Amino acid sequence: MNTPRESLLLKIIAITVAVFVLAPLFLMFATAFKGDEQQILRDFGNANAFWVSPWNMSLENFRDVLSNETFPILKYMRNSAIIVVCIVVIGIFVNSLAAFALARMKFTGRNWLVLFIITLIIVPSESVAIPLLLMMTKVGWVDTLRAQIVPFIAHPFSIFLFYQFFSVIPKDLDEAAYVDGASRWRIYWSVIMPLSLPTVATVAILQSLEYWNAYLWPTMVARSSEVRPVSLALAQFFGTPPPVWGDVMAFSVLMSLPILVIYLAFQRFFIQSAIGSGIKG
Amino acid sequence: MNNNRTAWTMLLPAIGMVTLFIVVPFLMSVYFSFTDQRLLVNPNVPTEFIGGRNYLRLFEDGAFQNAFFRTATFAILVVPLQSAMGLAAAMLINSKLPMRNAFRTIYFLPTVISMVVVAVIWSSLYQTEGFFNSAVGALSFGTVPPIDWLNNEYLAMPSLVLLSCWQGFPFQMIIYLAGLQGINKETYEAAQCEGATRWQEFVHVTMPGLRNTHILVGMTTTIFAMKLFTQVQLLTQGGPRDVTDTMVRLIYMTGFKRGEVGKGAAASVIFFILVLVISYIQRKLVKEDRAIS
Repeated sequence: MNTPRESLLLKIIAITVAVFVLAPLFLMFATAFKGDEQQILRDFGNANAFWVSPWNMSLENFRDVLSNETFPILKYMRNSAIIVVCIVVIGIFVNSLAAFALARMKFTGRNWLVLFIITLIIVPSESVAIPLLLMMTKVGWVDTLRAQIVPFIAHPFSIFLFYQFFSVIPKDLDEAAYVDGASRWRIYWSVIMPLSLPTVATVAILQSLEYWNAYLWPTMVARSSEVRPVSLALAQFFGTPPPVWGDVMAFSVLMSLPILVIYLAFQRFFIQSAIGSGIKG
Repeated sequence: MNNNRTAWTMLLPAIGMVTLFIVVPFLMSVYFSFTDQRLLVNPNVPTEFIGGRNYLRLFEDGAFQNAFFRTATFAILVVPLQSAMGLAAAMLINSKLPMRNAFRTIYFLPTVISMVVVAVIWSSLYQTEGFFNSAVGALSFGTVPPIDWLNNEYLAMPSLVLLSCWQGFPFQMIIYLAGLQGINKETYEAAQCEGATRWQEFVHVTMPGLRNTHILVGMTTTIFAMKLFTQVQLLTQGGPRDVTDTMVRLIYMTGFKRGEVGKGAAASVIFFILVLVISYIQRKLVKEDRAIS
């Protein structure tokens, strides 16, 4: 029941917010495509910072970044990809299997375990980072990809998300399969998991974002270039003076592109996972 | 039908790993906080049990009080601002706005960008010869000289707040959107029949209808805010004059950079207790509300 004046006002506010959201992203893309560093510095001081004319677009920064041997970005992106894929793929099985047992089977100690998992959600990873580092040093895992993967596979919050979803699937489904002679493993794999693909997507997205963007833990365990993830590499590239803005922004674009593409393709699941993580508190 | 054995087999990998990588390190944290454990152990100097001295030392040099105060300042600024932005954006895309879905897609974008990338982009805006300074210059007709935003004692924290809000608000937006869609449409119709203005509608229908969402958003945002680290480490390294030093940075600097595991563990334990208290308050508030209604 909007009056014309109200709907005009609504549009103006909506566009203003969109400009506020998009301007920094335009700045990143525009700067990455400007070949002349002096021009970039001049443009930073005015509205040209957010724009590059299509006729002056240059791929030089991307060429620089991709051929930089001190900061091999493709290697860093590969490291991050390995870390994220391992955590997400192995994590989906480990966490959903645990959730399946908790949500759909009766056994001694079940309620106690559910409470245990929910309690663990509260523990911030920052508060266990130092002893975990000491543990990694003891077993000689510092400077490996393993140290960035193995501790994060089992994830209490993912278990909880699966548990919640599994709890509302009608019990008749398992019963019918069970009467037909299917084992619990078979029910998990052929009945419950196929129904849970949206939850799988939610968990996969939450985990991917967290570990593609991880920063604190890699600064402690990934000291050599061999195992450095891309976010840490960008932080170090940026922290090496003097900053060459064109290159830094090209690096940022390359690092953000995979996530942006996946976001635009699977938007619905990203929004779903934001709602999912909202119940964390 | 051996349910017990199958169930425990399914649980074993997850329970084993959370125990090994969360429970054990947590207990180690508590234990180390009472010892003088160091990151690089000197074989000639055995680690000793020193009671509560780590905790005392944390408070003695004032570093912990400062980190707590700065983190709290960040939270006090970021929580209302980011929540208000989230609510405003949620109301926009919940209204009869044309192309709502396109706006939603755009508004959600910052959250998928890594905080490291966000810090890089915003640091270019905060340059002495960057966009913010020319905007301030133009608006003040050149009377305000260029400001070094991130090195200014009073502006460093608000500068971090602004970029954090930009990156974080879509999350609050989505939670508020779910909350708004849960409010009964008839309540709005009733309000309109009685001739309520938009503002009255907002105050008497929308805000009370979002009570639980406010608690949820407020508490989760507070916990996020307490973990402030990446943007500080990249842009100000705790400076100028420690005004942006935070609790997580204190844990990182003490336990990792200076290798004082015992003291860092003590800071971790206090940090954990603070997070626990906030989670507990939230649960209490939500439960109380359910008890009333």
